[in-house]
Amino acid sequence: MTDTLNAIPPVTEKPALSATPAQPKPEHNSMLRHARYVMSENPVTGLAFFLFALIAVCALIGPYIVPHDPLASDTASALQAPSWKHWFGTDQLGRDILSRVVVATRLDFIIAITSVALVFAMGGLAGIAAGYFGGWTDRIVSRLSDTIMAFPLFVLAMGIVAALGNTVTNIVIATAIINFPLYVRVARAEANVRREAGFVQAARLSGNGDARILLGHILPNIMPIMMVQISLTMGYAILNAAGLSFIGLGVKPPTPEWGIMVAEGAANIISGEWWIALFPGAALMLAVFTFNLLGDGLRDLVDPQRRT
Amino acid sequence: MLATLGKRLLTVIPTLIGVIIVTFLLTRVLPGDPAVYFAGPAATPDSIAEIRKGLGLDKPLPEQFVRYVGDLAHGNFGNSLSTGRPVATEIASRLPASAELTLLGLFVSLVIAVPLGILAAVKQGSWIDHTCRVVATAGVSLPVFFTGLLLVYAFYYQLGWAPAPLGRLDAFASAPPQINGFYLIDSLVTGNFEVFRSALSQLILPVATLAIFSLAPIARMTRASMLAVLASEFVRTARASGLDTRTVIITYAFRNAMLPVVTTLGMVFSFLLGANVLVEKVFAWPGIGSYAVEALLQSDFAPVQGFVLTMAVLYVVLNLVIDILYGVIDPRVRLEG
Repeated sequence: MTDTLNAIPPVTEKPALSATPAQPKPEHNSMLRHARYVMSENPVTGLAFFLFALIAVCALIGPYIVPHDPLASDTASALQAPSWKHWFGTDQLGRDILSRVVVATRLDFIIAITSVALVFAMGGLAGIAAGYFGGWTDRIVSRLSDTIMAFPLFVLAMGIVAALGNTVTNIVIATAIINFPLYVRVARAEANVRREAGFVQAARLSGNGDARILLGHILPNIMPIMMVQISLTMGYAILNAAGLSFIGLGVKPPTPEWGIMVAEGAANIISGEWWIALFPGAALMLAVFTFNLLGDGLRDLVDPQRRT
Repeated sequence: MLATLGKRLLTVIPTLIGVIIVTFLLTRVLPGDPAVYFAGPAATPDSIAEIRKGLGLDKPLPEQFVRYVGDLAHGNFGNSLSTGRPVATEIASRLPASAELTLLGLFVSLVIAVPLGILAAVKQGSWIDHTCRVVATAGVSLPVFFTGLLLVYAFYYQLGWAPAPLGRLDAFASAPPQINGFYLIDSLVTGNFEVFRSALSQLILPVATLAIFSLAPIARMTRASMLAVLASEFVRTARASGLDTRTVIITYAFRNAMLPVVTTLGMVFSFLLGANVLVEKVFAWPGIGSYAVEALLQSDFAPVQGFVLTMAVLYVVLNLVIDILYGVIDPRVRLEG
């Protein structure tokens, strides 16, 4: 997380990489001070970082700290309301919901992170290339992302999963594809602004090739803004993946995953067993909420003008 | 105005072509044999070969595409594997159920979100502003299917105010004679108030779910764009000229603030059409979303393809309507066009 906190705001004329050796100390301090200032202005961002740490811990060591086996069914104690033994109650098969909710964190987290990494690689690179080169590259990339935007995004994701096959990997791919236009738009606009910037011209004069300028100079320079985008779309990626598994795609039943757990509890809502759907749903909501807050907080750090 | 409209209509064509190409490619080019998909899980090699021939999959790709477009032009979306019925008829008969739900959801959400956004901007920093912010942040974080289930638990199980979440009518009412498929309108036109009441009470929870979901972006955008407009010079001038607050806010500020809000509606529709699928699943709503979900789970591909195409075309048309609306609201757009 320190990386993002220390990230240099996108000053057009200053390459992020070569700024570090020159005078790292004052830059570092002022950035930390700025971070602390933004945090104190908006304590909610502090809360978001705390929640993020909680989610990360659950994803990392969740399976080792849960009180029960998330897959072990025990029909004798099925459909029990929350109690001291089972904090979140038990489901139709007597599985402990707390354990399942915590263990599910890792899978949901992995789905979201891999899909965001994938779309960052595809959309980010396509976007900076489009913004930097313009012309045909720009036209092809823009046309591609326009076509994706012509679909209602969740519907397109359903279609992609249906066509590629009903697996978790394909949920990741579908989620990445529907986020593609968002990344292209941001990366393209930012790269376009910088294509004739001083540091780019300097890099070009010193004999760097296009690829080197794009990856070594422009990409690091727009990283802070892309980080905001990543954080904002993480929440959306989690929602999207959970929505797909809620309708029965991707994740297969015994596996704990928030979306499918809500779906399993849906039938019991009508008969009053609220805890089966409530806890995984609340976990899902909390995760999305955290990433949205985090995104807003990061944007405040990176782009003071858009602070709300 | 007509010329602008014509030009805008022309820009729809490449988008539609793109949409059709993508839905075509979804079945034909991706890994996996489409004939196997269309044949379903319990197919023999012989039946697969037969289906491949029947679908024209042994022909080269461009020829297949021409054939696909030709079928579409005749309203032929293929047949569902599990029911054997043509996908086009099925979608047409289920579309009104989805449309009634989505449009009503959007309407309710607009009626609440726009005034909320305006008030939040006018009374910046007041409790209503904070409410607006909480609603906006919570709204984007709530998974739509989860909101639906919470509402069912509260209003059906606990309070008993709402009927069971099982479709468009309760078990005792029968569907009104079909005029346009919107039960609310059909029952009113035929004067059957019992059915109207039943249809309305079934609609309340799913509509509320969709409204809560789409409230956030609209309220947020209204607030932001009202704030920008209220700080502008023409509003200051209007105020300085002694116009009363109501005229300044509604006639001067709001009309200008509408534009970004209308633009956001496009994005809201994209989310709504997706959320609709999930809401239909929660409330056992017999719309096209639940049709597609059932088909998806049975690897019945033709309905899914028809569904994706229908939704995309609907979305393109909605965006067109929004653009035209844009011209109606803002004369400058009309002139430039």
